[in-house]
Amino acid sequence: MFEFLENLGKATRSNFAKLGRSTLFLGHTLSGISDVIPRPNLLIKQIYSVGVLSFLIITISGLFVGMVLGLQGFYTLSDFGAEESLGVMVAASLVRELGPVVSALLFAGRAGSALTAEIGLMKATEQLSGMEMMAVDPVKRIISPRFLAGFISTPLLAALFSAVGVIGGHLVGVGMLGVDDGAFWAQMQANIDFQQDIINGVIKSIVFGFVVSWIALFEGYDAIPTAEGVSRATTRTVVNSAFSILGLDFILTALMFGDM
Amino acid sequence: MANSESLEKNIVSIKNLSFSRGSRKIFDDISLNIERGKVTAIMGPSGTGKTTLLKLIGGQLSPDHGQIHVDGQNVHRLKSKDLFNLRKRMGMLFQSGALLTDMNVFDNVAFPLREHTHLPESMIRTLVLMKLHAVGLRGARNLMPSELSGGMARRVALARAIALDPLMIMYDEPFTGQDPISMGALVHLIKSLNVALGLTSIIVSHDVQETAAIADYIYVLSEGKIVGQGTPQQLADSDSEWVQQFMNGNADGPVPFQYPAPDYLDDLLASH
Repeated sequence: MFEFLENLGKATRSNFAKLGRSTLFLGHTLSGISDVIPRPNLLIKQIYSVGVLSFLIITISGLFVGMVLGLQGFYTLSDFGAEESLGVMVAASLVRELGPVVSALLFAGRAGSALTAEIGLMKATEQLSGMEMMAVDPVKRIISPRFLAGFISTPLLAALFSAVGVIGGHLVGVGMLGVDDGAFWAQMQANIDFQQDIINGVIKSIVFGFVVSWIALFEGYDAIPTAEGVSRATTRTVVNSAFSILGLDFILTALMFGDM
Repeated sequence: MANSESLEKNIVSIKNLSFSRGSRKIFDDISLNIERGKVTAIMGPSGTGKTTLLKLIGGQLSPDHGQIHVDGQNVHRLKSKDLFNLRKRMGMLFQSGALLTDMNVFDNVAFPLREHTHLPESMIRTLVLMKLHAVGLRGARNLMPSELSGGMARRVALARAIALDPLMIMYDEPFTGQDPISMGALVHLIKSLNVALGLTSIIVSHDVQETAAIADYIYVLSEGKIVGQGTPQQLADSDSEWVQQFMNGNADGPVPFQYPAPDYLDDLLASH
């Protein structure tokens, strides 16, 4: 019994300590962003590696998610004779929820894990320590550009995901199942609200981008500098990112769409 | 406090330094001085905190007690900006080389110059080629760190460490895991750079022969204390049993071969 309490206390303490370290780390990272602006090359390189290289997975996943939405939506809506609403259903699901959430989950798996492993290995091979001894602040030189790149990339990837998804829905709904082309687009245009749907979706993906980049970079920076430590940190990045994305999604949705 | 005469003579002065990790005491009230222009070695068995000492000198760790002055400045009283300025004058060679793996050899050596100076690219090129030539790797400028052997990586790291023309260089186990030829090249480089560039070198090592060959002065550490010091000759002639065991690499002596354990016979019979 005592041992249980002791372990509980230890775990709580170490989690709070980690929370504190991650907050300090975030402050340090954000303060380094002003040093990144005058050196766009650092940022462009990172946007390429976390953003551009995620294009393929985002495009393909977006296409399939849109196609499935088109298929499922059609079967349900046709029961009520409302097939024409397929366009708005597909677009609303993507822009409000699936675009930001699924693209952030994919981003965490594709780019977040890579960031954690990269930073963790840089730590393990003394590259960060070496930089410190060369009087270069590793957080500002290495972490801040990556953070900014993740933060910029996620909303763009979410937009790409939604756009490709709509095309996927169109391919299945209009191309294969015979929904009227004009009705598909007209219903979508009439019922998707810029403020309510699109802006809220963008806000979500900005929040997710911030959180995923923060988690991925902190886990790498805080990793135990051994092979096992880096592997655990990479796992934690994916798991913690997924929890945070889904939890925050609920909170944000409640704030944006609920009448609370 | 370091008075002006000893400041002139010693680039690093450590006074009454204590440092612990958890409950384990790594350094217990040690004091030592490192003279300008000399090659000073800090030796001792693995796990005596030699690397920790370099990190303390570089300000990456803070001592529990005592002071470390580098070039007249108290390292652990400096604001981070001043500490960074001081570090520009200290080179450090990590055991692994710590090269940045996403850049080639040229860019690695250019890294500190690009970060800290606003020199035109043509001048950076000249400087980098000079530094690489000094370590014999001008021809390897386009290789990536993954294509280098361990010895070459250390030489590139050395070129990078001297890129900003520091006052002193700290070498962390420079000879570990080197084949005889790279070892010879490194021994030669450390000594000749020290003379040619007017550096001060601090070598942390447990390779007795190589280190004794180039060191002007040696401190031997064990269990948080300085157990011997002097020129390589003085240490070789030392009558301390401990120093003799370390310098000659004897398996048994004051440092026992056996890790502390209960009596052998009792232990074997204990299960009965």
